[in-house]
Amino acid sequence: MNTFYADPGPRRGLAAWMMSTDHKRIGIMYLAALLLFFSIGALLGVLIRLNLISPGTFVQAHNYNRLFTIHGIIMIFLFIIPGIPASFGNFFLPLHIGARDVAFPRINRLSWWLYLAGAVVVLESLFFGGGPLDTGWTFYAPYSIQTRTNVSMAVFGVFILGFSSILTGLNFITTIHRLRAPGMTWHRMPLFAWTLYATGWVQLLATPTIAITLLLVILERFFGLGFFDPSKGGDPLLFEHLFWIYSHPAVYIMVLPAMGIISEVVPVFARKVIFGYRVVAYSALAIASVGYLVWGHHMFTSGMSDTARVVFSFFTFLVAVPSGMKVFNWLGTLYKGSIRLDAPLLFALSFIFLFSVGGLTGLIQSAVATNLHLHSTYWIVAHFHYVMFGGMGFSFLAALHYWFPKMFGRMYRERPAKIGWLVFFLGFNILYFSMFILGYNGMPRRYYDYPPQYFTGQLVSTIGSWVLAAGLIIIFRNLIVAFYRGPKAPDNPWGGSTLEWQVPSPPPRENFEEIPVITRGPYLFE
Amino acid sequence: MISDISNTAAKVDLAFLYITGMSVVLLVLITSFMVYSLVRYNVKRHPRAEQIEGNVATEIILTVIPVILVLVMFYIGWTNFSYLRNAPKDAIPVTVRGMMWSWHFEYKNGKQNDVLNVPVGKPVELILTSADVIHSFYIPAFRIKEDAVPGMKTHLWFKAGEIGSYDVFCTEYCGTGHSHMVSKVVVMAQDAFDKWYAGAGAAGKENKGLQLLQAKGCLGCHTADGAGKIGPTFKGIFGRKTVILTNGKEREIVVDEDYIRRSVLQPAADIVKGYPNIMPVIPVTKDELDTIVATLEELK
Repeated sequence: MNTFYADPGPRRGLAAWMMSTDHKRIGIMYLAALLLFFSIGALLGVLIRLNLISPGTFVQAHNYNRLFTIHGIIMIFLFIIPGIPASFGNFFLPLHIGARDVAFPRINRLSWWLYLAGAVVVLESLFFGGGPLDTGWTFYAPYSIQTRTNVSMAVFGVFILGFSSILTGLNFITTIHRLRAPGMTWHRMPLFAWTLYATGWVQLLATPTIAITLLLVILERFFGLGFFDPSKGGDPLLFEHLFWIYSHPAVYIMVLPAMGIISEVVPVFARKVIFGYRVVAYSALAIASVGYLVWGHHMFTSGMSDTARVVFSFFTFLVAVPSGMKVFNWLGTLYKGSIRLDAPLLFALSFIFLFSVGGLTGLIQSAVATNLHLHSTYWIVAHFHYVMFGGMGFSFLAALHYWFPKMFGRMYRERPAKIGWLVFFLGFNILYFSMFILGYNGMPRRYYDYPPQYFTGQLVSTIGSWVLAAGLIIIFRNLIVAFYRGPKAPDNPWGGSTLEWQVPSPPPRENFEEIPVITRGPYLFE
Repeated sequence: MISDISNTAAKVDLAFLYITGMSVVLLVLITSFMVYSLVRYNVKRHPRAEQIEGNVATEIILTVIPVILVLVMFYIGWTNFSYLRNAPKDAIPVTVRGMMWSWHFEYKNGKQNDVLNVPVGKPVELILTSADVIHSFYIPAFRIKEDAVPGMKTHLWFKAGEIGSYDVFCTEYCGTGHSHMVSKVVVMAQDAFDKWYAGAGAAGKENKGLQLLQAKGCLGCHTADGAGKIGPTFKGIFGRKTVILTNGKEREIVVDEDYIRRSVLQPAADIVKGYPNIMPVIPVTKDELDTIVATLEELK
């Protein structure tokens, strides 16, 4: 039988990809785009670190501010938010639930086009008007209203990206409700599908808020309407609220699917059914719903009322509980398993460790008293890199190594993957752990220059960035070699028990010759 | 571990120590259980996995314990917070104004400064606001910060415990000069503070003028010695031929007293070519404006 690569449909060449409604082709295209933007974002990150060991040698203040802004925008809006749902979600959700495609294949293609259009507009903003924006990825008003850099075009790009995200969420929710194979009850679904389901609702319900907020910024910049500028009767805090009402739930858009991948990888390499399936599944829904009520913890020093701060702190502590339950259940899955420590599991277990560091430091800064000190320092930068990069980033790499044979039909070499992992993991911790110490000592974030007492910490962190980059190069070199020259992958190299491992590698165009009838849960290894 | 530099530092450090302590214990437990399982249940040692689908008692225990822990952490944060946010009635009020990119402090008797002088052992309440965009007033040694928001009054308080000089940073990103928007808190002995607070100082006329420029934050962007900074230098400003933009149109003028006065009162009216339009409106009295004009006239 032909793989989906060999069966392009009615069109040829580029159109066979761009005009395709095949969820697998769309997933592969997203993956390529995400990896491209991740590389650009990572390169900018290395440049930021380079400036910080010798401020002024490589870039000046204004360009430094642009550098961290673009690093943030590319990483957040072009990589992490679309991230796992758009790439692995598109490729594997229909396979996981026994469907031939998503519910609305043409809307799925529209999402992809909107993503490309949004990315093009964001990148265009760097070259037109006042040049690259310098607001930070948070676009805080009134600075974003006053700066003469090209804020309007960039936020319009983000506005378009938002629609891509909304449509993907809508598509996945409908797919899960309507297209499960016969016998695929909710509690027989793989946990990755559960997290995509929870994520879909957040994408659908939270994203419109950022779209409106960014439109208000554009209106205020072009027509001088005073939504956020206090000299015109506006309120800067209104912007912060509107921004975080989306951007905090967006954290769960990034991290929930990452958790889904860990829930797939751990059972397979422990050869053991997941511990507490329902707890893991429902905790995703709990995180997604309580996650709507915690945005104010980004505003603990904003001038918001003290009562509001305490209430937001309370909900923030509560949202930690379901995340903790997931961690405990993954550990429970390892317990009395029969563990093979292959590359995907190494990345998945690093996720558990790094996400725990990120989550537990999150608790320290969610207490309103300690937040007074830690807010807006390097501590926060360290925290969210542990959660985002240590969480979503490591999970993304776990997924890439886990599903590489299925997606590309080839095997990579295990040894370089493990060496790359080790270098990357060490570099990651050198780079970001030193930021916790810098932050505790009072180093503010988004500083182009700093007093001399912070030099040592900055130097260590920058050295970490080089080690991390070396690790990434080893990892991706290995995968690129495998992509071109790797030996042919068997259908089920890891002995996985979910449906994608029952079809050939790579899967045929229609996924299943016959829609399977499901009679058992997703993680059976006996 | 617990700093006595200010009352706030002691409170924040104690809360930090408790919460971090609990978190470290949790992290160590999680990580060691993970490593233990990896070693003990490796495929070589344990070739056959035991299929355990879950355990209700374990799940309940592992839910209840974290709930209790996070509620304790929340409580620690909360009790200390109420103390940290409510200044005692007898606190000395100081108005803090953030502007791109300097801090300006004004005391009850009208005294102004660009560093925050405070007496040791006395509660001080800061009332924060901003002249342009959002800034955040942060004293790392005291472990406190609060945003300075245009159009709003926010507040902070502390009681300094040790004489010394401590960094003040801006921690809300505010543009090109953000990382140089720094100042100092100078904690003085009571009599030294009283003397400074009451006295006008023995400085001469020019010196007094420069002090005013300093206090108003002007020297954050303009130099008095001809060096370049964010704005044009004050040195030799009178009579200088300058190209300015008025409503986007270029014209050449010679700087005179009227121009100086207009530039202080309406900074956005005329922009010197090649410089950003970012100067905030800084409130000045008529006397202060006269002093500024006189001072600039003498900076040849």
